[in-house]
Amino acid sequence: MSGPSTYEPKSAFTRWLDRRLPIVRLTHDSFVAYPTPRNLNYWWTFGAMLSLCLVVQIVTGIVLAMHYVPHINYAFASVQRIERDVPFGWLIQNMHAVGASMFFLAVYVHMFRGLYYGSYKAPRELLWILGCVIYLLMVATGFLGYTLPWGQMSFWGATVITNLLGALPLIGESIKNWLMGGFSVDQPTINRFFSLHYLLPFVIAGVVALHVWALHEAGQNNPAGVEVKSKADTVPFTPHATMKDLFATTLFVIMFAIFVFYMPDALGHADNFIPANPLQTPPEIVPEWYLLPFYAILRAFDFNIGPIDSKLAGVLAMFASIGVLFLLPWLDTSRVRSMRYRPIARQFFVIFFFVCLALGWCGGKNPGLILFKVADFSATLTWVEGGQVTEQAIQAEGAAQWDDASSAAVAAAREGGATMTAVTRTGASTGTLRTVSGGETRNAQVSADTADLLEEEITHVKEEAGQAMPFFSIERRSPARFTVTNFSLLLTIYYFLFFIVILPVLGLRERPNRVPDTIAKPVLNEAQGAS
Amino acid sequence: MLRVLSAAAAVIVASFGIAFAASEAEHPENHPFSFESPVGSYDMAAVQRGFQVYQQVCSTCHSMDHLAYRHLGQEGGPFALYMVRSHETGEMEPHVGKPAHGGTFVDVTENPYVRAIASGVTIVDVDPNSGQLADRPGRISDRFRRPFPNEIAARASNGGAYPVDLSVITSARHGGADYIRSLLIGYDGTSEGTLYHNRYFPGGKIAMPPPLAEGAVPYADGTATTVEQYATDVATFLQWSADPHMEERKRMGFVVLAFLVVLSGLLYLAYKQVWRGESH
Amino acid sequence: MAEAAANNAHGDGDTTRRDFIYIAGASVAVVGVGATVWPFIDQMNPAADTRALSTTEVDLGAVPEGQQIKVIWQGKPVFVRHRTAAEIAAAQRDDFANLKDPQSDAERLVQEDGQAGQPAWLILQASCTHLGCVPTFVEGSSFGGWFCPCHGSDYDTSGRIRRGPAPKNLLVAPYLFTGPTAIRIG
Repeated sequence: MSGPSTYEPKSAFTRWLDRRLPIVRLTHDSFVAYPTPRNLNYWWTFGAMLSLCLVVQIVTGIVLAMHYVPHINYAFASVQRIERDVPFGWLIQNMHAVGASMFFLAVYVHMFRGLYYGSYKAPRELLWILGCVIYLLMVATGFLGYTLPWGQMSFWGATVITNLLGALPLIGESIKNWLMGGFSVDQPTINRFFSLHYLLPFVIAGVVALHVWALHEAGQNNPAGVEVKSKADTVPFTPHATMKDLFATTLFVIMFAIFVFYMPDALGHADNFIPANPLQTPPEIVPEWYLLPFYAILRAFDFNIGPIDSKLAGVLAMFASIGVLFLLPWLDTSRVRSMRYRPIARQFFVIFFFVCLALGWCGGKNPGLILFKVADFSATLTWVEGGQVTEQAIQAEGAAQWDDASSAAVAAAREGGATMTAVTRTGASTGTLRTVSGGETRNAQVSADTADLLEEEITHVKEEAGQAMPFFSIERRSPARFTVTNFSLLLTIYYFLFFIVILPVLGLRERPNRVPDTIAKPVLNEAQGAS
Repeated sequence: MLRVLSAAAAVIVASFGIAFAASEAEHPENHPFSFESPVGSYDMAAVQRGFQVYQQVCSTCHSMDHLAYRHLGQEGGPFALYMVRSHETGEMEPHVGKPAHGGTFVDVTENPYVRAIASGVTIVDVDPNSGQLADRPGRISDRFRRPFPNEIAARASNGGAYPVDLSVITSARHGGADYIRSLLIGYDGTSEGTLYHNRYFPGGKIAMPPPLAEGAVPYADGTATTVEQYATDVATFLQWSADPHMEERKRMGFVVLAFLVVLSGLLYLAYKQVWRGESH
Repeated sequence: MAEAAANNAHGDGDTTRRDFIYIAGASVAVVGVGATVWPFIDQMNPAADTRALSTTEVDLGAVPEGQQIKVIWQGKPVFVRHRTAAEIAAAQRDDFANLKDPQSDAERLVQEDGQAGQPAWLILQASCTHLGCVPTFVEGSSFGGWFCPCHGSDYDTSGRIRRGPAPKNLLVAPYLFTGPTAIRIG
């Protein structure tokens, strides 16, 4: 693909160097003369932005490590010291925190681009898989780093995520304790998380090198999804791609700077400004925005699936949602790469994109939040005003006979003209029957938006009726409803269907549009005005 | 396709801007603080007054562990000292707080106002001769005096409630300074056991008794000594304390963005130049 | 490559405009990189909290004549020496000796605000001016004062360098009498 090297050392020194360490040749072949498809659009500039993000995170991170103290009593204060006292500390800390968000924003665009244009297909399977490895490492690094400021979200995020591993059968508990270095998130945890958070970015850098190597071996994919066939299909990397990357990256840096200088905390969470408190969980624990879709998948299961309990199901689904990306090159059976020429797949892709967004939205919401319901929560209260109250004991022969004995007593009371009855069980086979006879039966209907509000309404009615009323009969009705959890499950199902069913089946059955023979051809045909 | 994705991206960015929390409490009253806009700055007189209210009222229960007295006199701090050339005499005169224009910053170690504030506070420290805990006058390098030695003592003195640290409180609460200000004026004068009704506090009942009373803190600059004014000033001071570098940040941001816009313009031209004559 | 192609295609009229864009772009980018580097260098300078740890109070009543104490100021040791009459006399006698770093004893007692100090009290930064070890006061040493164990520098009873590799006298710490028996260092 790259072809023979076109580098010709010009001076005596470069000739001397080239014979011994052909580093200039490597750079020239990889980043200067490297033939780049001429039809790459702006979605292909995110690789450059990602490189920038990695450099920014490593440089600012090294700086922060000079001032940060990985200790449960001093971590929060040391971050405050960085913000207040270290020269430019506020700037560097903001860059690092915002940088993490920017990194993920760029990586998501990069991944969706690869997905849309089929950049994972042969011969780029390893390129894609290395990318998935980088993404996994990024998630791990982001999670570890979020723990370090030792605010409430840091602490409880770490607690929740380490507890996930406890869901694994048999070994879960041991793995959890191994990871935390104790029985809770504590000093050993913050120390090792700091060490690993420092280490992983360099591992990422290593895998990025492999990723770029694989890219240069297989060559870049392009919006048409057809391979480069002749020199007419390409332009040299420098200056054509470099200038475009530089321009696009500068626009990206503008967005980065707006966050750093004008809303440094907009992407974070207020609770992380409260120092970690192992005795009190914040009302809502949410991860950073870039992990919300996975958090939604984790919480999508509120029922057991056979031997798999709901917690394990969530954990497995969450890992599988990333794991399935590794199999993608073999799941998509289509012979056409770019979805530009796959009208049906494209529609499913757009749905998939919005499903991912919706999952992110669900991840940030209270799982019990009701999205829609067929009716309000309602209840009917019945009570009797001015009746005679009598009490009598019920004695069954044994616990097994309790039901019979109590219903017999109730039936007898009804026969006797009781307006209302209530049974209170006081032991395995004993209880009290209270009956009201005479008086006037009253009803009240209440309804509310949520179950909690309904209980408030009920209390309200009881207070109005007066506590003197002996008892109320309350019939509660919960409407069929659709919660964030239900929605998450639906979205999760589509997420997996897309990879496991839609792509494999569609690839075999779909009739793609005509794919151009070469990159240059459509470019030359629609030279005027094409995107 | 491009258009669809871009529109969708705009939607995500917008939706992530929305705050997460939803509580039963009333939404904080929106107050037009001077620091809110992208070019907004602190009203330093309000920060000074707010510090005074903190010092005389709040500090009896609330710590501010991450602040030291020297922070009051750092560049951009409420008691920062500047030497400014006087219009009338042409002499250099001291000026506390941010001067309208010009002025040379005087290092906080040379700042008599901050020194006076610090030495007016009694700090408990290890006596260098006896090794026992003893009182001494504060120094500018001291952290703000803690009202209680630890959380247990704080709870014991406050009926089990813990008066939170206020160093970064406006960052730690949804609504920020608006919330703090609303909370301080949100009492309706009724209480229930040891809890006080406050319409802005999540749950509606707060352990903190109404801290501010009209006229409780005398102001030297003639500002009205109402509860609302106190609340506004304290909220401004706490916003400064949570984000002391805000003014520097916004100033630098303006320069950086202007630079980047110029750079991106030049790079766009260069990019177009490079691709001139290349169909793509 | 591309530049050559562009040249052929558009002739020389464009050359100046094109060069201007490239040069302007590159210069602006260089300025940007330069400005970005500065915060990353400056962050290693002493932070505001470190810089403000400036003063140490010392009660002189606790130091008997002929003794010294070491106090910490800005993280470094400082000698507070209560000199005997013999030490003071020796220091003043040597004012005109052949000194490596000539300074009179009186000059070495001057307080931070320029006032004269008291001959009995010598306040010195306890770092050898050679490579920063802490010298020890050795009674009866060649010059009656401090001796640095690391590389053998000898200081006299005024803390002036008399022999050995150190180039300068022991630095006088900035101090001020805040009472008859109290000083503030820094």
